[in-house]
Parts: sequence; C-alpha cells; structure tokens
Amino acid sequence: MLITLIIVITGLFSSYTASGALGEEQFLSEEYLFLNLFTSAGGGLPSFLFFISFFGPLLGIILGFDAINGERTRGTLSLILSQPVYRDVIINGKFLASIATVAIMIASIMVMIAGISIAKLGVVPNGQEVMRALLFFVACVLYVAFWTSLAILFSIVFEKSSTSALMSIALWIFLAFFVYMIAGVIADEVYPITQQSDPELLAKHESLRTMLLRFSPAVLLEEISIALLNPTVRVFGPMFESQLKGLILTPLSLGQSVLVIWPQFVALIAASIVCFAVSYLAFMRKEIRSV
Amino acid sequence: MNVVVEAQDLVRDYNGFRAVNGVSFSVAQGEIFGLLGPNGAGKTTTILMLLGMTEPTSGVVRICGYDPTKEPLKVKRITGYLPENVGFYEDLTAKENLLYLAKLNGIKEDVALKKIDEVLATVGLLDVRDKLVGTYSKGMRQRLGLASVLIKDPKLVILDEPTTGIDPEGTEQVLDLIRRMSREMGVSILLSSHLLYQVQQVCDRVGIMFKGKMVAQGSIEDIGRQVLGEREGVMKLTYSFINEEALKKLDGIEGITEKRIANNTIIVKFDETRKLDIVREVVMRGFLPIEVKGKEYSLEEIYIRYFREG
Repeated sequence: MLITLIIVITGLFSSYTASGALGEEQFLSEEYLFLNLFTSAGGGLPSFLFFISFFGPLLGIILGFDAINGERTRGTLSLILSQPVYRDVIINGKFLASIATVAIMIASIMVMIAGISIAKLGVVPNGQEVMRALLFFVACVLYVAFWTSLAILFSIVFEKSSTSALMSIALWIFLAFFVYMIAGVIADEVYPITQQSDPELLAKHESLRTMLLRFSPAVLLEEISIALLNPTVRVFGPMFESQLKGLILTPLSLGQSVLVIWPQFVALIAASIVCFAVSYLAFMRKEIRSV
Repeated sequence: MNVVVEAQDLVRDYNGFRAVNGVSFSVAQGEIFGLLGPNGAGKTTTILMLLGMTEPTSGVVRICGYDPTKEPLKVKRITGYLPENVGFYEDLTAKENLLYLAKLNGIKEDVALKKIDEVLATVGLLDVRDKLVGTYSKGMRQRLGLASVLIKDPKLVILDEPTTGIDPEGTEQVLDLIRRMSREMGVSILLSSHLLYQVQQVCDRVGIMFKGKMVAQGSIEDIGRQVLGEREGVMKLTYSFINEEALKKLDGIEGITEKRIANNTIIVKFDETRKLDIVREVVMRGFLPIEVKGKEYSLEEIYIRYFREG
C-alpha cells in the first residue's frame, strides 16, 4: 500500500529530524521530550500527527470504499451469501479486518518512531509517557476507524465503488478544509464582531466556532493529541482571567488530561459506532442480486 | 416421490410493483425443473425467495421441509446456489476458492481437500486447479461454479441462467454436467433460463413465467399441446405428373388432413402420431417424399405464442 509507505517514510524521517531539532534546542527545557516526537516537526517536514490527520482518512477510505460494492460487482458477494453463514458475520468481518489493519499499521509506525528516537536521543519514556502514547495510539486508530466505517457505509449504500470512493473523499475534503471556513462564516453571522467588540462577545464567537469545528473528526483528533501529548494543556478555546487566577502552571496528571479530552474521545467513538450501526442495518436489509 | 421444493402462492412486491404474483410449483427429488421466461419475468426474485435471500410478501416456501425465511442457514446448507454472473476471488486458485467455500460450509480441511479434487475431476478442472481463477475462461468459471455447489453435497441445486454468455462447447459441457448431477447423484435441479432450446434438452418439467405469473407448467409436451393444439406433420411429395389427378390418388389415406399443390410439389399435412404408416402408404402409391417434417413442440413457439398474447 502506497499510502502506508508514504506515512512510514515521512513519519520516520520527520521523527528523525524532529529529534535532531529537539536535541539541539530544547533538550533541557522540555519535560515530556518523548511525547514531543509525535507532534514536533523539523527540517521542513510536518509532524507525525499531521500525517495521521491528513493521510489517515485517505487510508481509511482506501480500506473501506469498495468493501461491499466491490464484492458485489465481482460477483463474489452473492457467492458468499449463498453459503450457510449469517450476514452479520460478513459485515463484522469487514469492519474488524480493516480496523485491525489500521491498528497494526499505526502501531508499527509509532513503535518505529519511538525506537529511532530512543536510539538517537537516548531518552527512555517513563510510565506516564508510555500511557499517553498508548492513548494517542487509540485515538489515531479511532480516527482512521471512523473514516473506514464511513467508507464501508458508502460502499453499502452506493452501487458503484467509484461513487462511494468519490463520496467519501468529498466528505473528507469538506470536513478537513471547508469546515473551517463554514464555521467561521456561521460564527460571524450569529455573533458579528468588530475590533471594538467586548470580550464576552468575542468569547461567544470563539466558542461557537470551536463547537462547529468539532464536527470534524480531524479537529477532535487534534484536540485529543494536544491534551494527551502536551500535559500542560487544560482547556481549549478562550481563557478568562478569572480562570487563570491562582493557576499553578504544572503539568496535569494523566487522569486529568484524559478528563479534558473525554468528550472528544466519546465523540470519535460515537461517530464510528453510528456509521457501523447504519451500515449494519443497511446491509441486513439489502437485497443482493447479481449485476 | 420426495418433494424437495414446494412453493405456494408466492408474492413479492417492490414499492408497489408486483414482481412475483402468486407463483406455485414443486420440484421432486432428482428432477430437473426449468424456470423459463423473458428477462424481468420474476425468475431471479422467485429463486431468491426460495433461498431466503428475499422475504416473500406472502406465500409459503418449503425446501426439504425448512422455511427459508426462518431457517436460512439450514436451507443454504443443503442447497447449492449458483447466481447469474457468479464471481470468484481472482487472485486465488480454483482450489483455494473452493477451500474457502468449504470452510464457510463448516467442512473440515482434510475432508474438504479430498472433496475438492473429487468435484474438480467431475467438472473437468482437476489439471488446472492450481491456476489463478483470473486466468480462467468464462466456460471454465461456470464449471468451477458447478464445482462450488457440489462441494457441500447438496440435495437441491439452483442455477440462475447457467449457460448465459458461454460458447456452444462450454454450454454443452455445462448441460451435460447438469444432467449427470440429476441422474447420477440424484440431486434436484432448478434452473432458470431464457434460452429455450437448451432448457428443452435437459428439463423434465418446465414452468413458464411471464410478468410475475406462472402461466404454464408441466412437461414440454403437455404445455405444447395446451398451447399449440394437436401435432401436425408436413411432407412434400413429388410424382411423375403433378396435377389434380395425382392429388386424387392420395384420397383415402387415413390421417391426412390437408393436401394441395404448391411450387410443383404436393404438400400434405397429416397427423403426426401416424407418421410412419402414412409415409409407407404414400410411397406404396408411387409418390416420392422429398421432405418429411414431424413437428416437435419447440419452446420457442410456445414462448412466442404466450408472449404475443400477453
């Protein structure tokens, strides 16, 4: 798979250069050096996180877009359905197989990045860092799993693989790029702001915008990774002075960080489950004829 | 006779359109039943209902006593279904494809491997079993399809358009296999087709479907008699002088229904069942038959007759 290769190579390369950059400049100042490997970029190459959030959907779509309608056009779907197996076995198998592929792939890339960095920097992650990295891994898998589920859903609903592929990609482009513009426009319409607007209105504007942005799984993944990989983050969006009062800027514990991004996690899981449930229903009720 | 398939008053609606309208038939053990009709007559829908892959709007189906809607797995275990345009995994060999299907049927690997060689030998693909299916011709694929239904030792085999799109030699092989499955293995076969001539060769009984209804059912003879009336043969005769005198010489032969002169020959229509006697008598009286056509009922005629009337 070409995409996997791209992600592996760029992921490795960026972690390599990132570790180089870290080694020179921030070695002493960073508390969670290991986690930074996944988010920091170096030498003009984007970070691993960027690659996952950008290419992950593409990977998920490639794995799922012709899951059902591809078998249908090849005539193998009616072959399998005429064997004594329940239909849900087929659809469950499709989901499990693609999620397992995604998980194995992301895990191996992350382990490679970690390995190279440990060898190069000599920094051994502590228990908490490993836990955070694991949760980040789960989030990445969930993120790609959502796109796979969506692609499988489209592959059930649409008769042609080309249609389902195009639909998935269109939705991906919308959620990855256009959602920023649209969120901005809607927020501007609802809470028009000028340079003289009072902070309350600015805050409302900003929170509506982030709310809308969170419809995009990419934004959810971004927020999750920020909170997980950067233990000092405790809140998203605008902060008020009252919130900052008496704040001691120490890193949060793992539990606290998870608490911060719990809603985002749940949203990602829910999105995948909804896609799966709809696909399941659609597939069970579909009449399969040869074409 | 054991009844393997029993369908009663099957009805299937699609958004207000009645695709199958009150179809009833039964198939006995070891019998080949042909489901005929033009495209869109409801043949495939009927088949899907027999397999429990589509739920009938109303009506009852029993396959060896099982209800396919409620116990689809039991029905599929004893029924081999070869869909129209069946596909196999092209990047696997024939053997691997069959092994996969055998596993889906819960057959153990060592038993399956033996069975696979056996069925591949039956369909004549044993020597190409380790080639990728992607390299197979359409006729070979269809025979592989027949192998795939045989692997589970079926009681009933349902074939949807089994000969569509393959060359005459391939068709002959497929038809021969179908015949052998029924005669040697005692499998009941239900096949659907719009290719009448082929069905006529292998089917014990046929049912003709048109616009969702089963318009006629029985052996091809029975249907022919129902639709086209009594059989009539035609012969062309020559005689030394062809004139009204000669025509009179044919008087008194029993079974001749019509005689006339056309294009310098005598054309005689007669009762098909007495063909031999009539021909002998005609020759005795000095006529020379140049063409004797006993008329068989061809499905084509039956078909056309039906569909012209609508």
